[in-house]
Amino acid sequence: MSEPTQLTITEARQALTQKRISARELVDAYLAAIESARDLNAFVLETPERARAMAAEADARIARGEAKPLDGIPIAVKDMFCTEGVRTTACSHILENFVPTYESTVSAQLWRDGGVLLGKTNNDEFAMGSSNETSFFGPVLSPWRRKGSNTPLVPGGSSGGSAAAVAGRLALGAIGTDTGGSIRQPAAFAGIVGMKPTYGRCSRWGTIAFASSLDQAGPFARTVRDAAMLMRSMAGHDPKDSTSVDRPVPDYEAAVGRAVRGMKIGIPKEYRVEGMPAEIEALWEKGQEWLRAAGAELVEVSLPHTKYALPAYYIVAPAEASSNLARYDGVRYGLRVPGANITEMYAKTRAEGFGAEVRRRVMIGTYVLSSGYYDAYYLRAQQVRTLIKKDFEDCFAAGVDAMLTPATPTSAFGLGERGGSDPVEMYLNDVFTVTVNMAGLPGVSVPAGLDVQGLPLGLQLIGRPFDEETLFALGAVIEDAAGTFQPARWW
Amino acid sequence: MSVDAATVRRIAHLARIDVADEEAEHLRGELNAIIAFVEQLSAVDVAGVEPMRSVTPMALPMRDDVVTDGGIADDVLKNAPQEDAGFFVVPRVVE
Repeated sequence: MSEPTQLTITEARQALTQKRISARELVDAYLAAIESARDLNAFVLETPERARAMAAEADARIARGEAKPLDGIPIAVKDMFCTEGVRTTACSHILENFVPTYESTVSAQLWRDGGVLLGKTNNDEFAMGSSNETSFFGPVLSPWRRKGSNTPLVPGGSSGGSAAAVAGRLALGAIGTDTGGSIRQPAAFAGIVGMKPTYGRCSRWGTIAFASSLDQAGPFARTVRDAAMLMRSMAGHDPKDSTSVDRPVPDYEAAVGRAVRGMKIGIPKEYRVEGMPAEIEALWEKGQEWLRAAGAELVEVSLPHTKYALPAYYIVAPAEASSNLARYDGVRYGLRVPGANITEMYAKTRAEGFGAEVRRRVMIGTYVLSSGYYDAYYLRAQQVRTLIKKDFEDCFAAGVDAMLTPATPTSAFGLGERGGSDPVEMYLNDVFTVTVNMAGLPGVSVPAGLDVQGLPLGLQLIGRPFDEETLFALGAVIEDAAGTFQPARWW
Repeated sequence: MSVDAATVRRIAHLARIDVADEEAEHLRGELNAIIAFVEQLSAVDVAGVEPMRSVTPMALPMRDDVVTDGGIADDVLKNAPQEDAGFFVVPRVVE
């Protein structure tokens, strides 16, 4: 058998049930990989004891012939998901010592199905960022490097640790959150599959909130089928999240390999942005050819409000964040910095506890919600959001089954290369992904090739609400044509 | 629209975030860059457009008005920076 860390989830599951490997052996192989990759800073907390205990339980179930769908599968969890008894920080100083007494619904469902927690992965502070450079625990290094160069690259963000862990063979699968592209962009940068499900498909309960009307949890995996397996465990109705939707969870894995013949795939012309690298344009063309060869019909569509999605997002997301992050006041949990009175204590705690990007976004959110500005900014942004959603609805009503776009405007960039003087420069990373959150739709990023520098590029598929299955079917077509990608080990 | 130093101070106060004087000027520039960026939205015709209130077209679910949780005071206090006899402790608020 090949190296345990080279198996896919599908292969590992087979090896486990056929007893060619034990869950304990598999987990030990991953724990060793994590230990030897600490330079990447992908994990902010390793949980080897818990991992071995969970693996032992999985082995016992497998021995009894009672294997669960994810039994013994080692999974990394973004530090935005509360894990009972395991420190959870959102990679912020303000939650540096927070130990939840409860488990997020999404992670609980992975453990219910036999998954094994390897540890908590690094992310941009409170998931605010596109490069994982705003983490209190320092940046994550991408396992990828440019050909013939040692320049450290970002893994993307905000779920940079989860993406780096899966691409670097430090975890078999991982989970992240996606508010404006935080799963799909790092997945594209890392050459792996990352899905943001339809808003309401996965429970948000127990997930540290950034922007409640945009946040969704989703999986990272090395193959489309693996992502489908994780999704099946993560999805489902949860009465504890009133926006979670009560509808059956399909067998997503069954959609992988399903015929796409006759499907109508929209190519939104507004995604052909000025200054797009020729390589990305070419890859997009290639993706269209692959789908056409599989029998799909390609049609040009128009999403006229696309260019307003990012500015509207930078009103809605900070506004919701300013409200959600009001809870960090040094009273009930987290950091407290003493002050002469309670107001001073709040202000000092929040100044010291939040990093620069979080402070900036909370202040923008406070400003757009403040008296006299609410209508001009927030209300207008929510109206624009209705228009963005309608653009998609019109296309779907005209018979389009899904859309194909690039996942990111560029491949991964170097540490410290972007956004130093102008925060908006960093925000532009999410230009292709943010529309999907604004409209509440499902989207998946699938690796599609390498650029001339040898760095991965991804294509994004956008689907109808709750039609993740079509995305898995189409994603598998791209994967079959493009193959899979793995960084050369240097760490 | 753009913000001046006094507005930066006002926002910082509303957000309960201490901003040092030397930081305020820098922050003003950054906030103005973001505000200039989102200003593009003024070009959109939004007359008669309903603002999005719910991402998924569904009514909020209702449940029976009964206690479903509770009795976990120790858990609730577990991460408190300062607690005493089952209470969160804060600086004196009332003289």
